[in-house]
Amino acid sequence: MRITCPYCGTRDLREFSYRGAASDLERPDAEAPPEEWHAYLHLRDNPAGVTRDLWYHEMGCASWLVVTRNTVTHEILACDLARDVALKAREAKR
Amino acid sequence: MRFSAWQVLKEGLTGNRGWGAHWRDPEPKPAYDVIIIGGGGHGLATAYYLAKEHGITNVAVLEKGYIGGGNVGRNTTIVRANYGLPGNSEFYSHSLKLWEGLEADLNYNVMHSQRGIINLFHSDGARDAAARRGNAMINQGDDAVLLDREGVRAMLPFLDYDNIRFPVYGGLYHARGGTARHDAVAWGFARGADRRGVDLIQNCEVTGIDIEQGRVTGVQTTRGAIKAKKVAMVAAGRSGQVAAMAGMRLPIESHILQAFVTEGLKPCLDTVVTFGMGHFYISQSDKGGLVFGGDLDFYASYAARGNLPQAEHVMEAAMTLMPMIGKARVLRSWGGIMDMSPDGSPIIDTTHIDGLFLNCGWCYGGFKAVPGSGHVTAHLIATGRPHAAATKYRLDRFATGIGLMDEEGTGSQHNLH
Amino acid sequence: MRIDGAGLINRNKPVTFSFDGRSYQGFEGDTLASALLANGVRLMGRSFKYHRPRGVFTAGSEEPNALMTVGRGAAQTPNVRATVQEIYEGLEARSQNRWPSLSADLLSVNDLLSPFLGAGFYYKTFMWPRSFWEKLYEPVIRRAAGLGALSGAPDTARYDRAYAFCDLLVVGSGPSGLMAALTAARAGADVILCEEDSAFGGRLNSEAEEIDGAPARDWVQAVLAELDSLPNVRLMKRTTVTGAYDQGTYGALQRVALHMADPGDRPLETFWHIAAKACVLAAGALERPIAFPMNDRPGVMMASALRSYLHRFNVAPGKRVAVFGNNDGARQTAEDLRAAGVEVAALVDSRPEAELPVGFNAFKGAQVIHTKGYMGLKSITVSTGSREEVIEADCLAVSGGWNPTLHLTCHMGARPVWDETLAAFLPAEKSVPGMIPAGAAKGIFSTAGCLADGQRAAKEALKALGLKAKASDLPAASDAPYSVAPLWQVPGKGRAWLDFQNDVTVKDVKQAAQENFRSVEHMKRYTTQGMATDQGKNSNVGALAVLADATGRGIPETGTTTFRPPFAPVSIAAMGAGARGKGFAPERFTTSHAANIARGAPMIEAGLWYRPSYFPRPGDAGWQEACNREVGFVRNAVGVCDVSTLGKIDIQGPDAAAFLDFVYCNTFSTLKEGRVRYGLMLREDGHVMDDGTCARLGETHYLMTTTTAAAGQVMKHLEFVSQALRPELDVSFTSVTEHWAQFAVAGPKSRALLDSLLDAPVDESAFPFMGCGAVTVAGVPARLFRISFSGEHAYEIAVPARYGAALYGDLVARAEVLGGGAYGMEALNVLRIEKGFITHAEIHGRTTAFDIGMGRMVSARKDCIGKAASRREGLSGPEREQLVGLRPVLPEGRLPAGAHLFSENRPPTRENSEGYVTSTCFSPSLGHEIALGFLKNGPLRRGEVVKLVDHLRGVETLCTVCDPVFIDPDGGRMRG
Repeated sequence: MRITCPYCGTRDLREFSYRGAASDLERPDAEAPPEEWHAYLHLRDNPAGVTRDLWYHEMGCASWLVVTRNTVTHEILACDLARDVALKAREAKR
Repeated sequence: MRFSAWQVLKEGLTGNRGWGAHWRDPEPKPAYDVIIIGGGGHGLATAYYLAKEHGITNVAVLEKGYIGGGNVGRNTTIVRANYGLPGNSEFYSHSLKLWEGLEADLNYNVMHSQRGIINLFHSDGARDAAARRGNAMINQGDDAVLLDREGVRAMLPFLDYDNIRFPVYGGLYHARGGTARHDAVAWGFARGADRRGVDLIQNCEVTGIDIEQGRVTGVQTTRGAIKAKKVAMVAAGRSGQVAAMAGMRLPIESHILQAFVTEGLKPCLDTVVTFGMGHFYISQSDKGGLVFGGDLDFYASYAARGNLPQAEHVMEAAMTLMPMIGKARVLRSWGGIMDMSPDGSPIIDTTHIDGLFLNCGWCYGGFKAVPGSGHVTAHLIATGRPHAAATKYRLDRFATGIGLMDEEGTGSQHNLH
Repeated sequence: MRIDGAGLINRNKPVTFSFDGRSYQGFEGDTLASALLANGVRLMGRSFKYHRPRGVFTAGSEEPNALMTVGRGAAQTPNVRATVQEIYEGLEARSQNRWPSLSADLLSVNDLLSPFLGAGFYYKTFMWPRSFWEKLYEPVIRRAAGLGALSGAPDTARYDRAYAFCDLLVVGSGPSGLMAALTAARAGADVILCEEDSAFGGRLNSEAEEIDGAPARDWVQAVLAELDSLPNVRLMKRTTVTGAYDQGTYGALQRVALHMADPGDRPLETFWHIAAKACVLAAGALERPIAFPMNDRPGVMMASALRSYLHRFNVAPGKRVAVFGNNDGARQTAEDLRAAGVEVAALVDSRPEAELPVGFNAFKGAQVIHTKGYMGLKSITVSTGSREEVIEADCLAVSGGWNPTLHLTCHMGARPVWDETLAAFLPAEKSVPGMIPAGAAKGIFSTAGCLADGQRAAKEALKALGLKAKASDLPAASDAPYSVAPLWQVPGKGRAWLDFQNDVTVKDVKQAAQENFRSVEHMKRYTTQGMATDQGKNSNVGALAVLADATGRGIPETGTTTFRPPFAPVSIAAMGAGARGKGFAPERFTTSHAANIARGAPMIEAGLWYRPSYFPRPGDAGWQEACNREVGFVRNAVGVCDVSTLGKIDIQGPDAAAFLDFVYCNTFSTLKEGRVRYGLMLREDGHVMDDGTCARLGETHYLMTTTTAAAGQVMKHLEFVSQALRPELDVSFTSVTEHWAQFAVAGPKSRALLDSLLDAPVDESAFPFMGCGAVTVAGVPARLFRISFSGEHAYEIAVPARYGAALYGDLVARAEVLGGGAYGMEALNVLRIEKGFITHAEIHGRTTAFDIGMGRMVSARKDCIGKAASRREGLSGPEREQLVGLRPVLPEGRLPAGAHLFSENRPPTRENSEGYVTSTCFSPSLGHEIALGFLKNGPLRRGEVVKLVDHLRGVETLCTVCDPVFIDPDGGRMRG
């Protein structure tokens, strides 16, 4: 697998490590109800198809990335900086 | 027909014309008492024990492909009961006992071979952890022996003891651990269930789960609608999609685990060996192939195939631990879809929908659980109560934090196992 | 025997080798198989199950029969294909899976028992009595199974891994591959051309083909010369592309030196990762056999293999050769044999309408229905339906048609598509992104067609690469059509083999169907069809056809099994190259490493680092004595220990304090400059991730320490929190673990030592307990932290790493003067257990802040990672096992770590286990063992006597639950 890091270009899978669904960016408020925290921490769509997940360019620029990817074909559709995605989500919230 | 040496002899003399089908291929009936979604090891075993232990035989196992085509047909065949935490301890102990009587029970040689497992450890801290686990095994009534370095050397003289990056400090030896012929386990349960009246329906994909007023009433399939009083979701890596048909989101992510087999070799490895620092485990099959695997590829996937970095990492572990296998050649690699739960332990439970049951979260350890999982899931379906050996496999444990079973200590969050 | 001809062997370079102890001669360019055939050797192996005598069957890596063991001692290599292994001077080959010898193999008795050993027989027997499986049946089966043997010695040979990048990877160098490579190379693309064989050219080396009116080999040489002259082309022969992976990644195995008598310092094999923007799959096709009765005799081989031996190696595999086929390959083979002067015993074509040349003993619409010759073919029986004729022959060339070599197109899950006209599977469209099948791999079998298709494929690839092909003409070549009449099985008396190595016959497949193993995957697994070393390359399609027939379905409905990587087997040593011994993981060394080694300290692994275990002295009774001494240094004088391996993360920015408040469960924004605080970090799941100290060096500047083991994990976590969860915070951090050498200076005389060392004495007001700040040592700026992991008055001093070695030597020397010295990990562990300080033995991933008595550190006034999850009911409360100290009731009582804890009167069972021991040591200060452990509701059970049981080590000890702090519970020594 090869992932195109926005900073470093296309790099081999060896350089990256994985975290899981990009829903990890949507951390609930501290005082959100337990069900919301449970869903955030544990429940997953786990799609067989296009998904967005978090990768870390550990052996590269140390960027956290949101990769849009197909879990059936391993096709990679997009790769964005998690920071940009998180900031954009904040903007949208306001 | 009962299988025996006598029958093999008789058939051999008469041209092997008398062997019949190991199981039928029936058309689905309009309704069943119980429908099991998933014709893998766990689903087939559940059906078998429903019929055998509970007399519930109006059962269909619905399989979208061919039975035994999932992880029971693609694993490293290891059977063990060497867990350390309550919940897992009693369950795997229960499962191993079922293994020990499985051939006689099924009248099918699944080649369960208790050739022993050695889990190597590579530091003082890992020895302490191994001792804790070994003591838990004995507390449970199972067997464990703590080997020092020389004890390991006596059993595995071919490991690298002199120059290895992470030296062998010792090993936890589990004599009753071993291997089995994975496909035969699926077939044995299939034949046993079929003989007791269970309908095994292949090429039948479930496309919907019918729920009325909070109660399950049947399923929609590619071969038509089928009514059922109870439905069990036993779909392993595909659990997320199946549960979604019932409107459920599960604490499951599906990941790839690769495994490998070499060309046939004369016997060189008697026991199962696991390498604590390298996520590497290996045994030799009766055919002579070295069967081995490592860690997950570590990304969510349904592709049932992996990539090179993890494959190479597994080979690296092999080379640092037992460089004598360098000239063995990998013949085939494959990838299975693992239903990873947050704490690395399974879920066998009822759901908020009446009559709908859930069995999933086997991570990369489902094979050894097959008899036990089928047995306790059948109990749950038949009685509505968890079996004594599986009281802790609750779906709500992640919400409550009660009884989390994180054997590895890496966390009860996704992607840490 | 050898015949005249202009093959690829070098008759000027004879090579001597041996097989089963007998010496033979071949020529440079020979494979083991061709050289043995040239010497009249037909028997080359035994089958897996029935131990039937077998001869060479193919001329490629798909060989199922002629597998041998090459080399001796640690170099012994099992299962080498004689058809691939090139001979070299002194090569030693031995037959395998036979006893006592290849010609007299006792296990061939299995063949007589074959009626009882059919498909899946073992699932039906060996079940009684139960204990006999492990004791009798299985050991016998295991001994009989397997092919060749490993030597048992470590593989110390050199292997390598390498990485390559290209625009276009061309797999295969037959007419399609060469044309594709040439077209792409001329257009300026970076091209890698991989050829599995030792010679480029593919089938062109093995056929009497002409291109542009000259022998095809001339054209091959011309193309190679041009490719070789281009800087943008890399030619890789002896290189098998083994797998297709995501985003244009390919694995490839190069046999670098396996054909050399003396590899010198070359690796034997190199495993390549090739990242290619596009790929032309020109891997050709594999000829398939026909399942006719007794088709497995030594001397029966594929017609294409026979032509390879004839044209490339100038070997006639027999004196009287018969040919049997269902396509024009049979006729071609007969003509080639005749041209080479070899007697053609019969030409048998199953097609009634076949046009056969004159001058042969030809049979149209006929089949070979039987053979004779146990150790080697003697005769065949030909049936035309109306009559049968026995014909003497010592070799039979068989062609059942061709299967495109499409394996790589299946590696990403695509299923091939059945083509009725070709009676073969073809690659599915877009099966692997970027891969373009061409030529025979795509079902185009004429030379002219392959040349054109290779060019077409290259143009398609170039277009995708944004390059333009230069106009060029196609060379002229034969455009003979391919016509095949499917013939999978020939009825008749006797077994008809499908999978030769695994001894799977037509009857086995039919029996599997009869037993309802009708799915192709079930049939495969039940019969072991296709699971031999060729992975069904020779037999899968034939077996599929038999199964389709037996189940009354067509081949497309029956489906195929999956081809998975690797295409051809890859040695573990090649794919794991570099990892043997210490190569498995990097080694990290502290600046004190050499000094510790010089002091004789055994070094132990700590993560990727090495740390000294203890410092032995002459006369020590053992490690315990050294450990006790070093504990004494710290408790009574001063000890020095390198703590540089702890992770150090420099954190700066206006929001550094807010950031730390979020990642630690306790508060750091309130920490004063020049002060240090213990911090506890949770995972988001509410369990403890790591702990350590964090110093505030300035208003916006902190220095975090982590445990040695968790440094990487914490760094990654901080990056995640910063980039993904709190991107609005203005904070930066960097790992400075390697930048600073840091040493603990601990004990009542630590202050005295430092006063003697530092440029200015330690200022008590600047360095109270948990104080920190800048100092200088011999003019070198250093950092001093007054922190303690031993419970004594202690400091840690950090200097830039380049001064580490010097400072360490100085510190130890000064400590020794003061009656102390260096201490190692054993003593460090004792010191911390005596004080109840935790490590990852306690925060092992399943413990919460509550469990370790730090529940109140989770600040109520702010959010932090893990706070919400830690509020779940199951993460605190009396049912939790919580941190306690344990001391034996009797002073000699042992408290081994890993033991479980029980109420005194309860039997030691799982249901009764209430906790366990995590850390233990002999406390020289107290004179007995002490331990830390976890016990249900532990803190409220202090004073209670519990039973410790270690079944594994036969220990049962009554012990008293106590506070985990064994020494100086008020901390007076530390603070004072």
